Amino acid sequence: MPDLLIELFSEEIPARMQARAREDLKKLVTDGLVEAGLTYRSAGAFSTPRRLTLTIEGLTPESPTLREERKGPAATAPAAALVGFLRSTGLMREQLELRDDKKGQVWFASIERPGRPASAIVAEVLEATIRNFPWPKAMRWGSGSLRWVRPLHAILCLMTTEAGAEVVPLTIEGITAGDTTEGHRFMVPGRFAVSGFDDYRAKLRRAFVMLDAAEREAVIWAQAGNLAFAQGLEVVPDAGLLAEVAGLVEWPVVLIGAIGEAFLGLPPEVLQTSMRAHQKFFSVKNPATGRIEGFVTVANRETIDHGQTILQGNQKVLSARLSDARFFWENDLRRVKAEGLEGMAAGLAHVTFHNKLGSQLDRVKRIEALAREIAPLVGAAPDLAAEAARVAKADLQSAMVGEFPELQGIMGRYYAEAAGHNDGVPEACREHYQPLGPGDAVPTAPVSVAVALADKIDTLCGFWAIDEKPTGSKDPFALRRAALGVIRLVLGNGVRFNLLDRIVLPFSRFNLIEWNGEGKSVASDLLAFFHDRLKVFLRDQGIRHDVIDACLAMPGNDDLTLLVKRAEALAAFLKTDDGENLLQGFKRANNILTQAETKDGVEYSYGADPKFAETEAERALFAALDAAEGAISPAIEAEDFAAAMTAMAALRAPIDAFFEAVQVNAENPVIRRNRLNLLNRIRAICLGVADLGRIEG
Amino acid sequence: MTRSTPRSFQEIILRLMSYWSAQGCAVLQPYDMEVGAGTFHPATTLRALGSRPWAAAYVQPSRRPTDGRYGENPNRLQHYYQYQVLIKPSPPDLQALYLGSLAAIGIDLGLHDIRFVEDDWESPTLGAWGLGWEVWCDGMEVSQFTYFQQVGGHDCRPVAGELTYGLERLAMYVLGIDHVMDMPFNDPSAPIPLKYGDVFRQTEQEYSRWNFDQADTDMLLQHFRDAEAECARILAAPAEDKAGRRIVMAHPAYDQCIKASHLFNLLDARGVISVTERQAYIGRVRALAKACADAFVTTEAGGAAEAEAAHG
Repeated sequence: MPDLLIELFSEEIPARMQARAREDLKKLVTDGLVEAGLTYRSAGAFSTPRRLTLTIEGLTPESPTLREERKGPAATAPAAALVGFLRSTGLMREQLELRDDKKGQVWFASIERPGRPASAIVAEVLEATIRNFPWPKAMRWGSGSLRWVRPLHAILCLMTTEAGAEVVPLTIEGITAGDTTEGHRFMVPGRFAVSGFDDYRAKLRRAFVMLDAAEREAVIWAQAGNLAFAQGLEVVPDAGLLAEVAGLVEWPVVLIGAIGEAFLGLPPEVLQTSMRAHQKFFSVKNPATGRIEGFVTVANRETIDHGQTILQGNQKVLSARLSDARFFWENDLRRVKAEGLEGMAAGLAHVTFHNKLGSQLDRVKRIEALAREIAPLVGAAPDLAAEAARVAKADLQSAMVGEFPELQGIMGRYYAEAAGHNDGVPEACREHYQPLGPGDAVPTAPVSVAVALADKIDTLCGFWAIDEKPTGSKDPFALRRAALGVIRLVLGNGVRFNLLDRIVLPFSRFNLIEWNGEGKSVASDLLAFFHDRLKVFLRDQGIRHDVIDACLAMPGNDDLTLLVKRAEALAAFLKTDDGENLLQGFKRANNILTQAETKDGVEYSYGADPKFAETEAERALFAALDAAEGAISPAIEAEDFAAAMTAMAALRAPIDAFFEAVQVNAENPVIRRNRLNLLNRIRAICLGVADLGRIEG
Repeated sequence: MTRSTPRSFQEIILRLMSYWSAQGCAVLQPYDMEVGAGTFHPATTLRALGSRPWAAAYVQPSRRPTDGRYGENPNRLQHYYQYQVLIKPSPPDLQALYLGSLAAIGIDLGLHDIRFVEDDWESPTLGAWGLGWEVWCDGMEVSQFTYFQQVGGHDCRPVAGELTYGLERLAMYVLGIDHVMDMPFNDPSAPIPLKYGDVFRQTEQEYSRWNFDQADTDMLLQHFRDAEAECARILAAPAEDKAGRRIVMAHPAYDQCIKASHLFNLLDARGVISVTERQAYIGRVRALAKACADAFVTTEAGGAAEAEAAHG
């Protein structure tokens, strides 16, 4: 069984694309081989900055011979039909065979497709793979028209059997496949031949190329840890950076350096962000002080001076970067001291948020008004929440956030502290962006919650007002995330308010939209959007969408906390035996009643009278309904949905017994009407808890 | 080959000149207009288009009004130099040629860590993009390396390879200088040794003040509109002149595009262009660049004759 080795050697492949490219190469080639009738035992893909490599073991030496029989026209058919059949099969008339069929004699063709040697199939499949490779961005170079992620220089394509190794004949746009490759660009220049995967991997290693990205990651992490440990420090883990750095080197050499004393006063987030974004350095922490005091950089080579020149160069670049950062930090602090956060925020007037929604300052003013209003609902002091909202976006005007936008909020907290706040405002500056994603924490400090809610609600109402809603996969203003944020803030903190009446409708005071007339339907559309996001959120919590629909049909559905309380109780109830059976009883009652009402053209909603009850079961049901009503109404009033459900559960046995013993559509019209009215009481009581008609099953 | 370390800013420029001259590039002079980057030189923007082979290298003084820091920042300047190389079609050994140029200016490739780090280039004002890298030397970006894919909305066939060196930053690194103004401009042992600051500190102050505070924005806006109109007028002129010669005026039109682009940069530095207007202005300059590119590809230098011969 031959083994196959493929290497596509190019100029530097972007680190972020390598993992996907390895998988694509493996899939495209192996799929192609299998489709052509070959099988293989195992396959593995590797990448370095300059190469994609695929090794396939135990490939079948050729594809199987295939035989196919095709039935042609009848012997009596017109001559043209036979000519057509010969053309389609590529055979001569002498090669056909006449056989007896049900309706007389028919021409049969026997076509044999001989198997093909694996190397011919590999050449075809590899060419197709290279020409159709799904790079996120590909390019042309020189005078050619081939597209690859960066110029492709060489193809190694080798089949190895016991008899030896053979190059698969293949030429693409002037590149002829061979059996040679290159090692490290600087440490061992020049090409060399290989005889198979093991030889390839070993020779690359001698030429200072570590083929496996996972191994490079492991080596980097281990070396970094050892170097830090030797100095009593520890490396701050960063899996994304580790993967990226492993994609930037063929021969990782880890170097550790210290951050200059002058920069140690910078906030750790600033040090980390600056080092990571610009230099791809890992941060090194002193566990004793918790401060970031050093950095780890990964070079791509060994040098005779053991990396001294490289380390010095990197240190110098870092100093220049951190000088910039310190300049921003000190300037920003000076401004905060001189003008206060409000002074820093003043420039927001000149920054457009959205041309239909005004400047960032206009937006801040809306958020301030909303935060003041929301504050009492979340236990925050209105003046404080308003102040926090006024300054929460001030850091967008700071030099530091101008340079590192990802530090928004984080810098705001530092600057608010520098301005002398110790009242929840600094936390609000940082936390009002949260929760950023499904995994992000929900703020709980009252001022933070007020501003976080105000910020998101302003965004949602604003974009709804100007009709910029998410469509399909397009959500450029992250409105789905904002709505989920509101939901998690409300539920996580048990906040109670009617979103529509209390917040959305009064939004019209900002003169972006009149919610009256047409605006009214826009407001209900926004509420429906919240409900959609809520369904997605609750589905992830294991609550079915029909359970939520049943609760959405109830009054006060813009109070999300109340809505979810009801849904949770209903979901729990339906999981019990009583719940499941009561639901069936309700549906049966509802069906019979609906049919009768349709047929008779009247509504059976007059009070049913126990004096017309004929059976014990009927009388028991009357009693049970009286008891349930007595218990459910106060429970609903008190928003104790669990208690209401329990009371409803008590109806299950009497309802079951009633249907067992009684025929609703009795001969006697008086009795029939009374029983239908009785069913109506079942329906009314159940619908008072949730719209059970919407529950599936 | 052992090389001594260069001793001055100008020696680095001279070494790059002689290196790329030895590689067969036409060594051009800077374009005589204000541009934001070496790419704007017609020797790059226009010559990247069409089928004719091309190889040129030059220094281009570049102006970025918003980067002015009154000569105080150690490495930010509103006027600086780029070294630009453009070779079409891109040769297969362009990376090796580039590394040779680093060796030529005294970077010992045995001691340093040179890396090609993904950086895709896009110029919204030129309607141009390409793929390539920023080149790192010990963690410092020393060049941009780009394979042009499109310019002025036209596919580049063949593809040109473009190298851009930020000369001040690169020279500071090679010479071991921390503040640009302290960098020796000529040889420190010359009878009259001059530092970068002796040449440019005062002009950085003067231009910073003018760029940020003084430039007459109404006038700049009017000049922008004038350049835009003139570009369109030049391109709308009939291809035949009075004597019946076919002369498409792609370069004079492109000069107006360059002007408009620089005027936009000045207006931007004066802070009179809002975020939303920004996109509109960039779009207007891009429209000019596209029109010029459309015109250039109908000219001889733009490969029109070859294209006709190939079809004829």
